[in-house]
Parts: sequence; C-alpha cells; structure tokens
Amino acid sequence: MVADDPGVAVAEPNAPASSLSPEIQIGLYRQMVRIRRFEEKSAQAFMRAAIKGFCHLYIGQEAVAVGALSALEPRDAVITAYRDHGVALARGTSARACMAELLGKQTGCSQGMGGSMHLFDREHHFYGGHAIVGSHTAVAAGLAFAQQYENTGGITLCLLGEGAVNQGVFSETLNLVSLWKLPIVFVIENNDYAMGTSVSRSSAGLPLVNRASAFDLAGRVANGMEVEEVRAKVAEAVSLARTEHLPTLLEVNTYRYRGHSMSDPDTYRTKQEIEEHKKNDPILRYRQKLEEREILSDALAKQIDAEARAEVQDALTFAEQSPEPDLALAFSLPFSPEDQIDPIPRPRYSDI
Amino acid sequence: MAKITYRQALNQAMAEEMERDSSVFLIGEEVAEYQGAFKVSQGLLQRFGAKRVVDTPISEAAFSGLAVGAALYGLRPIVEFMNWSFSFVAFDQLINNVGSLRFMSGGQFDLPMVFRGPSGGGTQIGATHSHCPESWFAGVPALTVVSPAFPEDAKGLLKSSIRSNNPVFFFEGEWLYGLEGEVPDAEFLTPIGEARICREGADLTIVSAGYSTHTALSAAEALSASGKEADLIDLRTIKPYDFDRIAQSVQKTNRLLIVEENKPFAGWGAQIAYDVQRRLFDWLDAPILRVTGLDIPQPYNGKLEAQVLPNVERILAAAHQLLA
Repeated sequence: MVADDPGVAVAEPNAPASSLSPEIQIGLYRQMVRIRRFEEKSAQAFMRAAIKGFCHLYIGQEAVAVGALSALEPRDAVITAYRDHGVALARGTSARACMAELLGKQTGCSQGMGGSMHLFDREHHFYGGHAIVGSHTAVAAGLAFAQQYENTGGITLCLLGEGAVNQGVFSETLNLVSLWKLPIVFVIENNDYAMGTSVSRSSAGLPLVNRASAFDLAGRVANGMEVEEVRAKVAEAVSLARTEHLPTLLEVNTYRYRGHSMSDPDTYRTKQEIEEHKKNDPILRYRQKLEEREILSDALAKQIDAEARAEVQDALTFAEQSPEPDLALAFSLPFSPEDQIDPIPRPRYSDI
Repeated sequence: MAKITYRQALNQAMAEEMERDSSVFLIGEEVAEYQGAFKVSQGLLQRFGAKRVVDTPISEAAFSGLAVGAALYGLRPIVEFMNWSFSFVAFDQLINNVGSLRFMSGGQFDLPMVFRGPSGGGTQIGATHSHCPESWFAGVPALTVVSPAFPEDAKGLLKSSIRSNNPVFFFEGEWLYGLEGEVPDAEFLTPIGEARICREGADLTIVSAGYSTHTALSAAEALSASGKEADLIDLRTIKPYDFDRIAQSVQKTNRLLIVEENKPFAGWGAQIAYDVQRRLFDWLDAPILRVTGLDIPQPYNGKLEAQVLPNVERILAAAHQLLA
C-alpha cells in the first residue's frame, strides 16, 4: 500500500521485493525524485545564503533512505546522522517543515533551533538528525531498549555514515545491542568518504560489515544504488529484529555526488570518479527498470517530476515567508514543564 | 523519624519511585548483581528484577547514550556512575545530547533522567578519581545540578529528581554514604532549588554544598567557640541555586564566605560571588571570599590531599579575614 501522504511509502508486511505492487514501486520512485528535487532546491537556497551554517546534501544516496524506510512500520523508530534531509522526508516529515528548518524558521520541524543537521519529528517517530559523528548510535540503542522494555513490537532503524564506525561509542553500542538482543538495525551508508577521507585511509578490516562479526550481529551488505535491494535487505533485518530480537549491521554501498557539505571544494576525488558513479544513479536506474516493467510511462515520470518540483518550490516559498523564531521562544525550550513536582525556578544567569 | 544512612536514603528513594512508576529503571556498572559498588542499590535487583536494574559493561558512553534514547522514548532512567570522574568518557552524551536535544528538537522531546554517583576527593584515589565536576555541568544551560549533604535531603531530592521531567545531575559523596541522619517515615519530596539553613548566626554567611557543608559546619562550630556566629547555608541544589536565601542572610551579616570543593577557576562559588556583588553591593562590608580545592590536580598523599580539600583551618582563616 501507499500511505495517504503521497510522499510516504509504508511497508506492506512480508512483501518480497520481487512482488512489489506497482503502487509501491511508483511510491519508491516518487520518493527518491522528491528528495533529489528537495536537495537541489536546498543547494540553490544555500548558494544565495538563504540557508546558513552547514548543509549536507543527500543527492546520490536517495535509494538508501527510501528503500530502508519503506520497510518500516509507523511504530518503528528512525534516527540518523547529520545528512538527514532525505531521511526526514522519507519518514513523512513535510517538505515545508524540513525546508523551513533549513532556513531557521519558526515553522521548521525543530522550530529553527536545530537547522539542517538537527531535524526532528516526534509525530513520525523520527528521533533526529545528530551531528556528532557516532554519538547517536548509542541513543539509537536506547530507543530499541525502550521498545523492548515497553514491549511495543517496534524496532529501531539507525542510519550512520561509514565515518562513524571508527568512533569508540559505536563499538560499545554494538556490544550492548548484541549482549541485550535489542530490536535494532544499523545501516551504514558507506559513501566512500568521511568528509575528505576515503574508507581505505580510515578503516582497517574492510569491508566494514566485518565489524558485525566481532559482536555476533547479523552482517549484511546491500547495493545502495538499488532501492529495491536496500528495501529487501532492510526488510529481512527488520524481521530479524522484530521477531527474533537479533540486531543487524547492514553495510549499504552508496555514493554522494556533492561535497561533504556545501562548503566542501571536493578536491580529494576526481570529476571522472564522480561521473562514473553517476552512471549508476539510483533514480535513473530505477526509472529504467520501471519503464522496462511497463509500470512507469514517460508521462507519469514527467508528472512525478513536476509534482516534486512544485512541492519543493512551495516548501521554499513557505519557508521564506515564515517568521523567524524569537528569543522568548528559545528561552521556553530548554526545560520541560514539570507535572510530577512543583516547578523548579529557572533563573536566567545572563540577565543582569 | 528514623535514623538511616545517606546510602539507605538514596536506596529508599529509588525503591519508592520504582515502585510508584514502572517507567523508572536503574542502569550502570555493578548496580545489580554486585548490589552497587557502594551498595546504594542494595536489594533493588531482588525486588525489581533484571529488566529494571540493569548491569552494564564498562561503557559509560554507550550506556549514557542508551539512557538518552530510552528517555527520548518516554522512560525515566536513573544512570549510576560508579564515580562522577568516570562520566567524562561519556561527556559528549552528557553535554551534546542530554544538554541539547530538547532544545534542538524545538521542544519535541523530554529527557526525564537522573545521572547520579559520588564525586569529590578525600579517599586518596588520585587525580583521575577525585574530580568535582558540578560546575562543569552547571555551565550547560539545560542541566540541573543537585548535591545534598544530609540523608533527609538525599532522599527527598532524589525522589524529586526522578519525578522531574528534566535531566538532573545528582552528586553524592563517598564520605557521605555512611553518614546517619533523621529521615521522615512518611513520604516526602524536597524541592529542587531551595537551600537548607544548617545553623544561624549574625556575623557571617557561609554558603556550601555536598560534603563541604560538613567541613563548613565544623568550622562554624569552632568559630562559635571564639565568639562569632555564622549563618550556614547548605545549597542542596547548585543550579538553580537559592539566591533569595543567600541574599536574606547577607543582608543580615554583610559578609559572605563560600566553601566549595571544586577547583577555584569558574567554580560555582564564582557565579554566586558575581551575583551577590552585582545585586547586593551596598550590603557588603567586606570582599566575598571563597575557600576552594587548591589549584592543583588531586595528590594521592593523604596529608597533601587534606590540605588540598577545603578544611576547617582554611575556612577559619578566611572567616577571620572577613571579620577583621
């Protein structure tokens, strides 16, 4: 099935990839196009300084978030690192709320306090956008711990970049999730470069999936340019997590076409290398596949593209017209209101 | 009223709150089968089971981060650090995640969690095991820092901290665990942010917290023998601290001495001294003085460590200087 929200593909339980319905296939395609157009619009907005700070684009990696999240149920939890726009969109956060957050507006999904790297959406069980590399993997284990503690039947999907695997906390976390049989799936989005440092210069014991065996996790590999393959491998891992409480480490090989962030001059790789990878473009490949299967016509492809362009333009216009958050809002956010004890005084030590 | 130890008070607080709320759980090194490195969690495993009293590997970063995730999801973790000095390998989790996630998510997620354990020196375990990081954490806007000195407050404040919808960093002390005191039999909560008056006097105000309160109390008794009486204010909560109670006392005594075990630079006493001079300048008859840990790493040698910690001798010397 395709959910009511046109952008969100939701899992059809136990549907093998080979027998995906045409609706699901179109949904996957539409979602990838939507993310691509959103990121292109973000790049434009960044170039004219409407977006400030850091802006890490997902272009080239769309099949990973779209395939992986399409294998989840709404009750599952999703958490990722700072390259999070595509993940938030695939999870169901509106393009408007994402774009407004990139512009730092009050209507953003984090009310302008988080920015590009810190998108959050409680309603969709999206636990962020985290920008300290590796740090969120332990938080992810806690989501899975809570799901097990509360016996919700949900699982946690944690995406991380391959640069995160060398942080100590990630190894500690793999140990914990295996020891406690937590319902979690780690997806390493291996795009070959941690900023400008290639995998081979940063990581011993390749391939990275080998890290699973040290802690007795299920280890799997997927081609991150093939959305249906990602979906199938994640679905298998989700099933292991949900029914067997066995955590999985899934290495998904992908590639980003743009720099690490918009400020990256991209001097550590050749243009030729990038062009080679573009031949494997996940959207292009899937479009060809769907055309061969006679599921996607040229007219429908154009329509999907036009709708995506309109949606992201609408999102940008919405973001630009939205109000800036003010200090009063900012000061209202650090503390939750108390409901089990009397209010705690919260003096502002900056007031004189 | 029953006379119990500080350790038992903490134990009762956790047991009562775990009984009351099934989302409360305890996690840390040796908290379950070992019954707690300092026996604070004694009996909790037998009473609440391994699901809610969770032994961890030596992985502070991972189990602190795991507790953050559990709190985001709606559970109420109590994280025990065997020693607050060990929390530094989890500093990223404590500052970036505990300190920022509610704010950075635009207020979507709460972090109802308590991090607790002993801090401070005095047991000759060297520089890496004797830190007083209260002020470091107090420098993070969203964190609440509690440091009770007496069993009654240990119980009442830990219960309040567990019930708070915000993260509380709770500082105990190895020297405090065995301390006995009267604790009410009926259930009670001690409010976070309110100081306790330990003794009253008109000549001098002494402000302290945690174990230093007991040192300051000894010094105040000695001062009394020489004819000068001090108001002794035990902060109980370091952040937010009870400015009004301090102001009330300073307006009476016109002299302020702060006793804090942490190192001097930007210790919490420096914040209080700033606030008091800023708002009560005309009430002061002498410069505010601070007695802190001496500005070197903690030495192992017992005689040296006794000099490094705030002690009665240094407190008395400062008091006499203020009263001169």
